[in-house]
Amino acid sequence: MAIGRPMSTSRRRVPAARTRTATARVARICCAGLLVLVASCSGRSPSTLSPAGPGARRVAGLWWLLFGISAVVSVVVTLLLLWAMIRRRGPGVVPHPGSGTRFVVSLGVIVPAIVLTFVYAIGLRDMRALEAPRGADSLVVEVTGHQWWWEVRYPAHGAVTANEIHIPAGRPVLLRLRTADVNHSFWVPQLMVKTDMIAGRTTQMWLQADRPGTYRGQCAEYCGLQHGRMAFHVVADPPAAFTSWLANQARPAAEPREAMAARGRQVIQSASCASCHTVRGTSAAGRRGPDLTHLASRRHLGAGTVPNTPGHLGGWIADSQAVKPGNQMPPQPLSPEDLRSLIAYLGTLR
Amino acid sequence: MQVIDANEAHAAAQSSAGDRVAAKWPEEGGLKGWICTVDHKRIGRRYMVTASVYFTLAGLQALVMRIQLAVPNAGVVTPDRYNQLFSLHGTAMIFLFATPMLFGFGNFLFPLMLGTRDMAFPRLNAFGYWIFAGAGLIMFASLLFDAAPNGGWFAYVPLTGPRYSEGANLDVYTLGLLFLGVSTTAGAINFIATALKLRAPGMALNRMPVFVWTLVATSFMVVFALPPLNTANAMLFMDRRFGTHFFQAPAGGDTLLWQHLFWLFGHPDVYIIVLPALGIVSAIVPTFSRRPIAAYPLVVLATVATAVIGFGVWVHHMFAVGLPQLSLAFFSAASVVITIPAGIQIFSWLATMLTGRVVLSVPLLWVAGFIVLFVLGGVTGVMFAMVPFDQQVTDSYFVVAHFHYVLVGGAVFPILGGLFYWWPKFSGRMTSPRAGRWAFAITFIGFNLAFFPMHISGLLGMPRRIYSYPEDLGWDAWALLSTIGVHVLTLGLLITLATLLISLRRGAPAPPDPWGGETLEWATSSPPPTYDFAVIPRVHGLAAAWDTRTLESLVDADEDRVLADGHKVLRTSELDGERERAMEMPEDTPVPFVAAVFLFLAVVGLLLDWMFLAVVAFAAAALTFAWWLWPRGAPPRRSRAEGASA
Repeated sequence: MAIGRPMSTSRRRVPAARTRTATARVARICCAGLLVLVASCSGRSPSTLSPAGPGARRVAGLWWLLFGISAVVSVVVTLLLLWAMIRRRGPGVVPHPGSGTRFVVSLGVIVPAIVLTFVYAIGLRDMRALEAPRGADSLVVEVTGHQWWWEVRYPAHGAVTANEIHIPAGRPVLLRLRTADVNHSFWVPQLMVKTDMIAGRTTQMWLQADRPGTYRGQCAEYCGLQHGRMAFHVVADPPAAFTSWLANQARPAAEPREAMAARGRQVIQSASCASCHTVRGTSAAGRRGPDLTHLASRRHLGAGTVPNTPGHLGGWIADSQAVKPGNQMPPQPLSPEDLRSLIAYLGTLR
Repeated sequence: MQVIDANEAHAAAQSSAGDRVAAKWPEEGGLKGWICTVDHKRIGRRYMVTASVYFTLAGLQALVMRIQLAVPNAGVVTPDRYNQLFSLHGTAMIFLFATPMLFGFGNFLFPLMLGTRDMAFPRLNAFGYWIFAGAGLIMFASLLFDAAPNGGWFAYVPLTGPRYSEGANLDVYTLGLLFLGVSTTAGAINFIATALKLRAPGMALNRMPVFVWTLVATSFMVVFALPPLNTANAMLFMDRRFGTHFFQAPAGGDTLLWQHLFWLFGHPDVYIIVLPALGIVSAIVPTFSRRPIAAYPLVVLATVATAVIGFGVWVHHMFAVGLPQLSLAFFSAASVVITIPAGIQIFSWLATMLTGRVVLSVPLLWVAGFIVLFVLGGVTGVMFAMVPFDQQVTDSYFVVAHFHYVLVGGAVFPILGGLFYWWPKFSGRMTSPRAGRWAFAITFIGFNLAFFPMHISGLLGMPRRIYSYPEDLGWDAWALLSTIGVHVLTLGLLITLATLLISLRRGAPAPPDPWGGETLEWATSSPPPTYDFAVIPRVHGLAAAWDTRTLESLVDADEDRVLADGHKVLRTSELDGERERAMEMPEDTPVPFVAAVFLFLAVVGLLLDWMFLAVVAFAAAALTFAWWLWPRGAPPRRSRAEGASA
């Protein structure tokens, strides 16, 4: 075989010592990165690696297993590659054409086949484990995705709310997922893997939080203009607190005690609000927007966009388009007094 | 006879037959020549240049997106514009850059690697290019009218259906992709026919270069994968324009049908892109390891196996849509199995290098970078084959990281390595190795800075495709790091571009075989003449340009392999590459250009709902095809069994 003219061979070899320090540096950087990673899992981050429920915890365990295997594979391949690039250079090295098949069959076929079979079995085991728990008493919550908010119903109790799902801590809850328009995906990274909401179908999943707490969720299937502002919160309550929360949410709106709030109720029934929103116990019975019967009990407005304070509420009513452009609620040209009384009334809807 | 190298063999062939063959392969300059050419090298270069322009545009879109995401709650672009940017970025990178770029490599290299003088269907080749250029024009121009696709690159219904997507955005998507599909299909058929019928005599299938194998496998995949996509796009277009209900759930249609049809194309498409890129790696590694690729039969089998199994994994894009667990278990298994062929190829390159003599050239650096990135993308790919893990992090930034490692690491790095490797052949100029090393180093660092943090932000629960995000969710630092990384990456790519462009002006003229290459393209001048080879070689081994008997066949010019009596190539048998007969090839013609222009006008007419224009232009295109294919006096001694070749 006639091989073409040799390439320049003047390049110096990298001294072994320098390689070692470089390796050590890389190792240090990796460790630092991992520390930062772990550190950033705490706090408010909806991290899959700080699971707060049995589903997410199982997947986090699967991740660390896969991460370990992946790290070994990547390091082995990289080392082999570096070895070839550093030690197989220079005029003294003689190529061995024709060899290598055994290497390829063992490292490229047999070893991966064994490892992958093992990994696949673990994956199947965990997939089955995420199935609905057997014999669990079934609190059913219906969640319907809308562009760009979440409707939440407790059908057995008649409670309706939006963008905030309360569940009893330590108990599995069955979610029935639907969409009113386009596809969405229901994802609370700290609690459970995501499930899509598919137009024309009902999907389901279960959700369980170990401890009381608030867990952020967000739509994970691109659903149009404001896909980026379609968050929600799952609030896991102690069982007693949950029961009273649910009973409260099932009740119609309280009668306003003050004149200003009473005027606010007039506004909501007579202005365009009622064509989209429901306040149970009043004549406002629209179905397009979130149920407002207990709006004041919720923590956020606009599907997690802004905190639910009187200031933000006023801004939202007057011109929600400035807060969340393209959302389906048109600006409301209310007089200042109407707006103020409306805010006062909504503030009583606890 | 003494041992010769590819440079000497080329010189001997050129002096014995060059002038006689050149007379039959004229090249016309000027605008007319530019429009009429059917030369595979000019068309191949054109594909690559156009695809690079589209790559730059789609890359700039990504840059804007990363600037928007650098800090929480930014307002650099409106949500609507952001959604158009990411939709067009993905669509363009997949459809208008990756595949056409690799088709450009293939068009330039196929006849050269196979030891022939043109593609099997040169006019179809020219036609394919014009269609591709036109489809890209439509899709990018739409951004100027705020009408770029805005449904994501997989355009899920009902969001993209008539009810939730007004405006022309999604018509640009469906019609643009249908139009482009004509080009891709034509190219694929051309590759298959060329590889099966025009190989140099003696090049049995088991001596065909791996790059050719990979692009043939890709072409077969294109032929089977595009019909579902075209069907889906045609149905969506009809739903939107004519009120049909294929995907309209309230009227009894099915939204999941779109997902199945799309991914039945979409996952094979990943391999359609990656396989030829792996083929580039399989071309570079042996040359710079000074030995043929290790376990060649296994690598070819792995390629073919990937092309087959690639059609059985699409549901892993749909693990979160609530399908029965039994089917999830099946598709999970298939997705695990398909990593084995990839492993075979990685360990084959490693074996080749470990048992060869490694030359650390710039192309090999890109390949080394590729191997690291592709393994990282591969291991996260295995993670996504695990149903529960997929359900947790799909549609998060983790999947964004994963597919950029696979597609940028697995395809763009080999493409850039391939550009440095074949640049002397493409342009006739050598590039600066020093600049090439800098380009590689900065691109590699920038890429990892940009995309590695996305694994972490995904694990931290950050969904993809959000135009903005609140602060304090643990995402800020990683997002900022990504944005910084993208700027470094951009710098690396700019240095790459500058290195290549400067070489065109200042680079040293390239000899025929600057690297001591393994395959036949190195046994002709750089850039090759219109006829590629003065003497068609007779192949005696796998590493043809290292094989003495093959090189000697260029010296001992046998008139049967010179074919100086016409504009001819040699037709050989499919399996063993045995000589069948010489075949006259078509000359330059404007007909493919004219046909493409009429089709372009027809698509524009459909898009703007100017039905008169659409109908007239379709009719004109049909007449042009009739003119193109009209039999004009059979060439002498062509029997019925042997069909026409234009």
